[in-house]
This record gives sequence, structure tokens and C-alpha cells, in this order.
Amino acid sequence: MSILVDEKTRVVVQGITGNEGMFHTRQMVEYGTKVVAGMTPGKGGQKVDGIPVYNTVFDAVQHTGANASAIFVPPAFAADAILEAAEAGTPLIVCMTEGIPTMDMVIVKQYLKAKGSTLIGPNTPGVISPEKCKIGVMAGYIHKAGTIGIISRSGTLTYEVVDQLTKKGIGQSTCVGIGGDQIIGLNYVDLLGMFEKDSGTEAIIMIGEIGGTAEEEAAQFIERNVRKPVVAFIAGLTAPPGRRMGHAGAIIAGGKGTAKEKMEALEKAGVRVVRNPALVGEEMEAVLKGRRH
Amino acid sequence: MKIHEYQAKELLRAYGVPVPKGRVAETPEEARAFAEETGAKSIVVKAQIHAGGRGKGGGVRVVHSPTEVQKAAKEIIGMTLITPQTGPMGRVVRRVLIEEAVNIKEELYLGVVMDRSKACPVIMASREGGVEIEKVAAEAPEKIIKEWVDPSVGLRPFHANKLGYGLGFEANQIGPLRAVISGLYRTFHEKDCLLAEINPLVLTEEGGFVALDAKMNFDDHGLFRHKEIALLRDLHEEAPLEIEASKYNLNYIKLDGNVGCMVNGAGLAMATMDIIKVAGAEPANFLDVGGGATVEMVKNGFKILMSDPGVKAVLINIFGGILRCDTLAKGVIEAVNEVKVNVPIVIRLEGTNVEEGRRLLNSSGLQFTVAIGMKEAAEKVVLALKSAKGTGQRA
Repeated sequence: MSILVDEKTRVVVQGITGNEGMFHTRQMVEYGTKVVAGMTPGKGGQKVDGIPVYNTVFDAVQHTGANASAIFVPPAFAADAILEAAEAGTPLIVCMTEGIPTMDMVIVKQYLKAKGSTLIGPNTPGVISPEKCKIGVMAGYIHKAGTIGIISRSGTLTYEVVDQLTKKGIGQSTCVGIGGDQIIGLNYVDLLGMFEKDSGTEAIIMIGEIGGTAEEEAAQFIERNVRKPVVAFIAGLTAPPGRRMGHAGAIIAGGKGTAKEKMEALEKAGVRVVRNPALVGEEMEAVLKGRRH
Repeated sequence: MKIHEYQAKELLRAYGVPVPKGRVAETPEEARAFAEETGAKSIVVKAQIHAGGRGKGGGVRVVHSPTEVQKAAKEIIGMTLITPQTGPMGRVVRRVLIEEAVNIKEELYLGVVMDRSKACPVIMASREGGVEIEKVAAEAPEKIIKEWVDPSVGLRPFHANKLGYGLGFEANQIGPLRAVISGLYRTFHEKDCLLAEINPLVLTEEGGFVALDAKMNFDDHGLFRHKEIALLRDLHEEAPLEIEASKYNLNYIKLDGNVGCMVNGAGLAMATMDIIKVAGAEPANFLDVGGGATVEMVKNGFKILMSDPGVKAVLINIFGGILRCDTLAKGVIEAVNEVKVNVPIVIRLEGTNVEEGRRLLNSSGLQFTVAIGMKEAAEKVVLALKSAKGTGQRA
């Protein structure tokens, strides 16, 4: 089992005729993802590697039964792309675009509340249920099917952790990048709830970073609602306050959002917090051994 | 992106928020000219830098004649102002804002920030103005009133009424206060701010509201649609290496340690800094070359990293996804061929095209240590740092 995406996921790629969109469509198809449609306004009727392209998401959904959207469009048009996917009734929307204005995302997020679509990202590597389906830009080959659910705010740091797990023979049920921006769709709490319910997930890894209070909210949720073991790493212990560390959301503002505070909140909730990013896989291995004995 | 107080006030004025009559000056003579023109009895001379706490550092003076204005401006322009927010190096003042003094009856706080948890802007107001709002929030949170605004609905009169009456103002004061709240909110929304703050907002003896100080922080991702805001960027307020990095779309932040690092991805870059510390050293910088880095970007990133004289060893940690390891290798080799490198380099490569990347590095003749995994990489760079120091002491 897995969450969000699996063999039944049928993907429409918004921005399929662009460089990024085309490259990653090929990668996704190669991995086994069912990409059933592409969408670029004005390019309707064309084909990309045999995949039909439509002018609107609505057309793509009607003709192909797509039930998930992958967005690879430039930042200035990305909010519109998300809104269109929601309007067309796409249940799952994954937005890879980096650099969307925050105010655009505020409007999108308020709108989605009334629409019932689930958004992952933006500024995310995407979501993958190994050996079933990947929507995003992560390197597929480092993943392995298994029982660990991963939730992360960062791309390459997730690869790092996945790689540690896979090299130890520990597979993943689903890995979700929630995105590095200030305003995002699914958050830790949403996904912790999904993994807790998923019978195919045995334990959860949470990869966080400085900025905001999402990790603290996750800690509160875990304390009350999560029975499965959770291992966490929080990046940015050495980050200086007031400086934005790459991600739009990664900033220690007004003394809040430090790695230390987040680690303490998670530990208090019974989460095994790893301080050395190279040892996340090892910690999970120990957790699994403890459970299986 | 931050802007200066005088720029923020010009924006606010355009949105109908009353600000003191004033002008920015780059020379003492310009400052004097304005003082003579206004004829005001009391005039404030304020240093313009992108940091708070200017008053405590000696960057704000209240004076009473054009001659005194000129003298104060002469002292402040060119001075290195050190405040709790500038760090020990301080900032050189290049401009002063000359303003007519205001008769202060009361100081309030009014700000709009993006509330991440609720995913919308929040307006905060308090009668405890003039101090750090975080301090009020921590010590007396009941003294701050908050109103969340859904931007697709926009700011409505009731929001401002709730704030105004909530703060205990009388009916005849609500109108003027509402104009200030509306102007500030519209600036925040229409110009893509992440923070827009008036602190203090002054209630004058005459009964009006005036923005005495203003601070704004803009969403970098929104600047493409506000060319007029992008023009307000003051490069003097930024570290030279960071400006250089931004030219190549690199994300570089200088820190105080001695291990330079180059990483792809912000999260992995922070984690690399952390593991350097766990291994017993301090990172010299944050450098994210990004997912889609080109050979040119890697090369320039490496050069920027090396131009920090504090760097005594380098750790390159790449987990290739979109960024391919061979691209990284080519960039590093080109950079090393152009700049003299006399510090140890540890490279950890993993991911897409790793074999080709390693082959390129091996055949380059470049001196470096290969590490397998992050942990080994951090340990090796700390070891290299220590032996480099040892050599230095013997010499």
C-alpha cells in the first residue's frame, strides 16, 4: 500500500511542451507512471512521445480520465495552472514550480479549500510511491518499495535519506516533498494522518528545517494521533537568524522557528530526533529491529 | 528584499498614509537646504540603513536649526553605525532622512505579515508601539490585536473597525486610523510584501495619526511584476560576495566558520553545515547551487566560495538529481584551473551520472579527497582542516 499515488494514478502534465515538462514527462514514463495527457494552451492536438496534448486541463480530464496533475510551468503562470487543475476537478495536483509569488499562493490556497482538490507543493520534488508511480523530478532509481513513509520540506536532503534507507535494504511506501515555500498545500499534519492510516506504512520519517511552526504543529499532532514510530531530522541547527536559507520558508524570524525549538518539540512528542543527517537510515534500522523482535 | 525607511514612507504616502514632511539627503548641504525650506522648529535627522536600533547606535538626532541639521548630517553620513541588528561590523551610512518633528502623544504598532499557518496576511495592532513587537507578543500577547484578511475578499471596513475599537479608540479617531490601516494593507498586498510595518504609528497631540518609522520586506518572487520596487534595491546594504552570487542565480550566505561548502539543494546545504559542526568544525558559508545548475554556475559558485579568505578547507556535497554529477565535476575543474586553490578539498558525489563525474575528477589532475557518504565527508574535511593547521604551525 501507499498514499496519494499508485498504479491507478493517471497523470496530466501541465506545461508538457516546455523543456522541464518534456524532460520529466519522459523520466516519469520511464519509471512506469501512467502519463495519459499533456496540457499547454495553444498546443492542443499535438503529441509528445505519443501523449496527446490539450489546450485546457478540462479537455485533458474529459478525454483521458486523468486524476492527477503534474505542473511544470514558469512561476508567473503557476498559480493559474493550479487553479485550472482544481477547477477541472483534478483530485491531486502536484506543483513542482519554484518561485511562485507568496500572495498568489495565498489566493490559491483559500480557493482550494472550497474545491476539494489536494495540492502538493509548490517548490517540491514531488511524490513517489516506489515501483508504482512517481510525479515529480526525484531520481527514481534510488527508491525501493517498502514500508517507510517519508515527509520532507527539502529535495536533495530527501534523496540523501532515501538513499541511506535503500542502501540498507529498507524500502519506502510513499515519499512526499511538501515543498520549501511559505504557503504550501499538504503539510506534515495532513500527511502524518494519511501515513498513520495507511496499512502499508510501518514507520515514518519527517525531514524538517528551520522557519515557520509546521514542525511544532506536527509534534502536537503526533503526540495525540500517531502510534507508528516517527524518526525526524531538522536541518539548520547552524543557520543564523534573519537570513533566508534558500527556501522561501527557511528563515528564523523574530527568534522563532529555530532547529533547536523544533527538535525539542518533536522529542517531547516521542519522536526519535536524529542530530546527524548521515544517521537517519541507521536510526530507522534500529527502530525497525526493535519492532520486529 | 528590504528597502530603506525613506523609500517605505514614499510608498506609504502614495497609498494615503500620513508621514512626516521630509526628504532624503546624501550630503550635509542637501540636509541644510531642506531644513531652511521647511522652517520647522524641531527637525529629526535619521541614518538610513537596512537595520533597526538606529537610535541606540547614535544614528538618530533631534536638532533645532538648519546649522545643527547640517552638523548632524555631517556626523552621521559616512559613519559606521553599529546596532544590535547590524552585527559587530556595522553598516556605513550613505544617506540621512531629514524630517519635521512630530508632537507625539502616543506610540502604536501597526504591521501586516504573512501568517504561514493560516495561509493569509494578518494585520497586527497594539498600543504598545515603539518597541520590538516580538517582545510584546512574548510578554503581553493580550496587548496585540490581530485580524486575518482573505486577500481574495480584501480588506473591509469591518476589519479596521475591529482593530480600531479593539484598541479602545473613539469613534472620531476610527476614520483616520482606518485610512492608515487600509493604506498599509494595500501596500502589502499590491506590492507583494512579506512584511509591512509602521512602528511607531504616532497619535499626535493634534489628534492625527502619522507613520513615524516604516519597514518593508518584499517577496523576491513577486519582484518580476514590480519593476519600480526592484529598482529600490540598495546593493550597498548587501555583502559583496552575496551580490556576486545572485548574479549567477546562486544562493550564497557568508558565515563565520572556516569550512567552505558547496551543495545542491537548500535542505541538504543546511544539513551539510550542520554535519560539519557535528564533526567539530564551523561552516564558512551556505551555498546552494540549485537543482538546475550549469557548469558556469558551479564554476562561479566555487570561485565565490574560494574568495572568502576565511575558508581553510572545502567540502563539496552533491546528491545529483536534476543536477548531474558530471556537470558538477566540469564546473569544479574549470574553476580550479582559473583560481589558485591552496586548501584541501573533500568531494562527496552521489546520484545521477556519478560514475562519469568521478571519472572526470580523477583524470583532472586536481588534488582532492573522495568521501563516501555525508558522515565520512564531514569527518575527512575536519581532519584535512586540522592537518592543514598543523602544517601552518610548523612552518
